[in-house]
Amino acid sequence: MSNLWTRCNNCRRILYKQDIFENKNVCPECNFHFRLSAPERLEMLYDEGRYEVFDENIYPLDPLHFVDSKKYDDRLKENIKKTSLVEACINAVGKIDGIEVIIVAMDFRFMGGSMGSVVGEKVTRALEKALQERKPIIIISCTGGARMQEGVLSLMQMAKTSAAIGKLQDAGIPYISVLTDPTTGGVTASYAMLGDINIAEPNALIGFAGPRVIEQTIKEKLPKGFQRSEFLLKHGLLDDVVERKNLRSYLIRALRLFLNRFS
Amino acid sequence: MDLEEKDFYQLEKNIVKITEEIEILQESEDPERKEKISSLKEEIKQEWNKIAPQLTPLHIVQIARHPKRPYTLDYIENLIDDFMEVHGDRRYGDDPAIVAGFGFYHGQTAAIIGHQKGRTTRERIARNFGQSNPEGYRKALRVMKLAEKFNFPIITLIDTPGAYPGIEAEERGQAEAIAYNLKEISRLNVPMVVVVIGEGGSGGALGIGFGDAILMLENSFYSVISPEGCAAILWKDQKAVRQSAENLKFLAKDLLGFGIIDKIIPEPPGGAHVDYLQTFKNVDKYLYPTLKQSMEKTPEERKKQRYEKIRKIGIIDER
Repeated sequence: MSNLWTRCNNCRRILYKQDIFENKNVCPECNFHFRLSAPERLEMLYDEGRYEVFDENIYPLDPLHFVDSKKYDDRLKENIKKTSLVEACINAVGKIDGIEVIIVAMDFRFMGGSMGSVVGEKVTRALEKALQERKPIIIISCTGGARMQEGVLSLMQMAKTSAAIGKLQDAGIPYISVLTDPTTGGVTASYAMLGDINIAEPNALIGFAGPRVIEQTIKEKLPKGFQRSEFLLKHGLLDDVVERKNLRSYLIRALRLFLNRFS
Repeated sequence: MDLEEKDFYQLEKNIVKITEEIEILQESEDPERKEKISSLKEEIKQEWNKIAPQLTPLHIVQIARHPKRPYTLDYIENLIDDFMEVHGDRRYGDDPAIVAGFGFYHGQTAAIIGHQKGRTTRERIARNFGQSNPEGYRKALRVMKLAEKFNFPIITLIDTPGAYPGIEAEERGQAEAIAYNLKEISRLNVPMVVVVIGEGGSGGALGIGFGDAILMLENSFYSVISPEGCAAILWKDQKAVRQSAENLKFLAKDLLGFGIIDKIIPEPPGGAHVDYLQTFKNVDKYLYPTLKQSMEKTPEERKKQRYEKIRKIGIIDER
């Protein structure tokens, strides 16, 4: 196949790459939502694709001196090189339909979008900035969960980010959580489930435990559609499932509603 | 075979034997039993001094999971007077994997919440091996909110392999239940002290596992993932569990170094299971002053310090 063509992982149809790209990385044939990188996501949501990044000066360390098949330190260097990112999320500020909004966009390419000390710190700083500047905040999750290579330090980021969300509650700052494929583990069990509004893209895998772990525990096949967005909507865990092409307009509508309080 | 390749049950064989002798003596009418017991206890100590310095993180995991280790209800029976257990989350059901209720601790009414494992096979199944479903976390929060209403301090005891990974747990929002607890615990007005008594298994532990202070028993652990889970994912090999345990740095001394916990509670020689009464004494000795310290603060101070404490956790390179 030439590099102009690709195959949809879902419907297996051969597609012209440019068509997918112009369709916001959604298969024009079967509506399969391909993963977006954090920069693509931010560009898609902000007015004219313009935004400023902040907290780009925070880099990961290897406090556990973790070594599996590779040193964590080397893994980090490789990921930084491969993705041109400094970590698994980007903090940004810009306008959406003229409204100043902070967005944290997670990027699955960087170590599976996992949350270690840096992601926890950046998410917390973004939430604190939202609080100080009284700006609404949107977090777009795309992650396998807490990062094992930073051990319990990663685990504690769940409590840290959730505590920061608690502060927004007292100040009346809107927080919208957007869950994309996949959002699992420690991120789901912290900030991703704590939005004033929780929405997800279609067919995204969302859960606490991974499907393989559940399958091994209960020793049964999982039902079809288990832990997908539509399943969570049905079970009352999401406010809505929103297609990517409608995401920006959905967010604008939600922001307008939540920012229009009586005085 | 190297000591580090043996499992803990092999290492403690001599101690188990001596402990059994002590138990027999305690029941006996031997006029010299006091002296004999104390000399046997001295033997345990000496035996332990040989083993303890060589224990690997995986050995500590085995002690933390020891089938004879004291569980939440054992601590409650010994440290809490007139414990009244309450049940249910008022939403779906009652989760036997988390015990919650009220009782007197040093004369003060307190809320006590903890994971509960079973001792016999039947009990283990009934308690779901200490793995909570969403209703466990929701029951815990309901009791925390009651404590807040009446201005009671909260004590939580952590001992779980993790939140239960099951179909229904997901359907009822396992992740949401834990997340919501994390947010609400950070906002509680009343004192909350956590004691890790055994396994601190990931999000399932954290859901009731942070507060004004965290204390850890010497042979407990608190981890982002079980050593088995980590070995399966990163090494793709169950035999790598010892390596994974060494890498994860989840022991009490590690967490103290990271600034995550406040104090390590020493265990009697041989581990908590060898001498329950001494273990309860030690826990009480650390728990009471810690709780008291938090009780002396105003709610505002307490909340502020709780936030600052969790806020600063993480190791980053800011350039």
